[in-house]
Amino acid sequence: MKTTPSAVSSATQYYRFKPWNVGRLVLWSLFALLLIVAPMLFRSSLALTMLSQIGYLIIICLSYNILLGQGGMLSFGHAVYTGLGSFIAIHAMNLAGTGALPVPLVLIPLVGGLAGMFFAILLGFVTTKKSGTTFAMITLGIGELVASMALMFPEFFGGEGGITTDRVYGQPLFGITFGPAIQVYYLIAAYCFVCTAAMFAFTGTPLGRILNAVRDNPERVEFIGYNTRRVRYFAFIIAGFFAGIGGGLAAINFEIVTGADSVNVLRSGGYLLFTFLGGATFFFGPIIGAVLLVLASVLLSELSKAWLLYLGLVFLFMVMYAPGGIASLIMMNLRLAKFGKLRGLWPSYLALGGTALVALLGAAAMVGMTYHLQLNAALGPALNFLGATLQANAVGSWFGAGFVLVTGLGLFELCRRQFVRQWGEIQEEIEHEIKRGEAL
Amino acid sequence: MNTTTHAPCALELRDLRKNFGKTEIIRGVNLAVKPGERVAIIGPNGAGKSTLFNLISGRFGPTSGEVLLNGRRIDGKAPYEINRMGLSRSFQITNIFPKLSVFENLRCGVLWSLGYKYSFLRFLSKLDDANERAKQLMEMIRLDKKRDTLAVNLTYAEQRALEIGITMAGGANVVLLDEPTAGMSRSETTRFIHLIKEVTEGRTLLTVEHDMGVVFGLADKIAVVVYGEVIAFDTPDAVRANARVQEAYLGSAVADAHAGGH
Repeated sequence: MKTTPSAVSSATQYYRFKPWNVGRLVLWSLFALLLIVAPMLFRSSLALTMLSQIGYLIIICLSYNILLGQGGMLSFGHAVYTGLGSFIAIHAMNLAGTGALPVPLVLIPLVGGLAGMFFAILLGFVTTKKSGTTFAMITLGIGELVASMALMFPEFFGGEGGITTDRVYGQPLFGITFGPAIQVYYLIAAYCFVCTAAMFAFTGTPLGRILNAVRDNPERVEFIGYNTRRVRYFAFIIAGFFAGIGGGLAAINFEIVTGADSVNVLRSGGYLLFTFLGGATFFFGPIIGAVLLVLASVLLSELSKAWLLYLGLVFLFMVMYAPGGIASLIMMNLRLAKFGKLRGLWPSYLALGGTALVALLGAAAMVGMTYHLQLNAALGPALNFLGATLQANAVGSWFGAGFVLVTGLGLFELCRRQFVRQWGEIQEEIEHEIKRGEAL
Repeated sequence: MNTTTHAPCALELRDLRKNFGKTEIIRGVNLAVKPGERVAIIGPNGAGKSTLFNLISGRFGPTSGEVLLNGRRIDGKAPYEINRMGLSRSFQITNIFPKLSVFENLRCGVLWSLGYKYSFLRFLSKLDDANERAKQLMEMIRLDKKRDTLAVNLTYAEQRALEIGITMAGGANVVLLDEPTAGMSRSETTRFIHLIKEVTEGRTLLTVEHDMGVVFGLADKIAVVVYGEVIAFDTPDAVRANARVQEAYLGSAVADAHAGGH
């Protein structure tokens, strides 16, 4: 813009055109708006529960991605920090309820955050000594350690039944008691927005950038003056803080925390899986991951008993064909759109989707019949599959499903080959255009 | 310290030794490099040139002996400590941050020396001095047109230039370059030597190099390493005339470079 005061030198402008540009402002406003209006669009109580879960899982997955995507640290024990954050938060709520601790509910997530940070300082000191495989192994060990402690100290972890609480305590502020779920949702949404912004800001700080450098090439970082171990440690503490906030919000949301569920390695695996699915290479990837995590665990589990099997398959295909997750797929297509090449790809996408759906239908029918034979044998061989009746013990049903699967797979493979060729051509064209642009 | 009469050496090695298992790789190296000198280290393959660099820069600790940087002991210290004391190095195999852009690579290199350390309460975009310095470096290594290109997408020669840029970024006054022109064509090498001369102006430079043309064009002094020992350390002319060097290693290589118009 020409109206900029001349006091700002052109040199600094050269660097400052990025941070607060219009596009970014619009995106953040949209994000805030979405958080505000979401419960008005989805009005059922199930939807509200899901939205609340999405809210704190966004914080947790983003905090996990500080380790995985930004620091190259494959942690198998992130639930330790969310879980311990939850426990400290729920004990703090119980203490506050008796009047022993003067902390209002709006600050309880911060208590969880500080707890997560404390344990990250304590345990991270050991964990971050090494990187790579050793790091992954140590997090796994610490995860198991804390999970087994949860059963050893029932006073703190509440044993099998867990710890319960009542989030409605103290004087209501402006009539807000945090009794109704909608009030809790907005508390979560506010934390979600602030934490997301804070974690995004972190990516633009010296520590955030050096963390990327440590991910890319730890050895070189040692030769530009940085102690890589300390970089990992600090990042780990920051991730622990935000994980603890997420854990604290979860405790407020459910009013119960159980050791068997909150700190175990299975939950850590879930964070890893969905952060990866969402996309670890882009900042916003884990947000998609958090949404998918809730959709999968609530809706997909309703749809089919074999939902974990499908989840595993999706994860498998993602690792093999799109290691950048859904976020990278979106960004690749946005790049095509920017160069006006997306339109030509629509027929291919439709063909791919259609054939994949056919294959999936065949596979799903077979999986459904297998589950039916194994689990519902007493109900007879007939089962209802998407409105059609299949005979689980008839060769015809199996043959039919197999035929659909094989046909789908075959057609999919044909479409895929054609698509790969087309994709390559388009990328070449784009490269060509960029080169031409540079030459001008 | 007793350095009142004359300034300490920029880099001094005293009876430096390194064993890998029972094998002695570095066998008592003594070397004193004065501030501002350009020293080329030459020697046959496997003589221990790269190991010497690794000992100086802290990648390995020496088995015995001392390394002094501007009069202070640095042997046994971690690489990042040595770097903070003013020694920087490049690598024989390109060693950059592949998924960061050219600009980010260089900015990472300047951060510590400008005192930003592990700060997470300031925005990189507002660090005018770091950005200005990274921009200067980018122009210096002629990559300013590739500002936002990821390092992994650069050509080999550009990556080598970036490697030098990262090495120079922290403003260290002693610089070790390990075969900076390895794998480059003749014309690229010639251009690259100009670049190295330019960016190391006024600093102490040690470089491992195989290309004799480069060695005699660049160095004030040459150290000849054979089987883990420095058998000669003198001006290029004196080294060329040294009978022991002729016998042990140089011979035809020097004659070639001489005849080659350098």
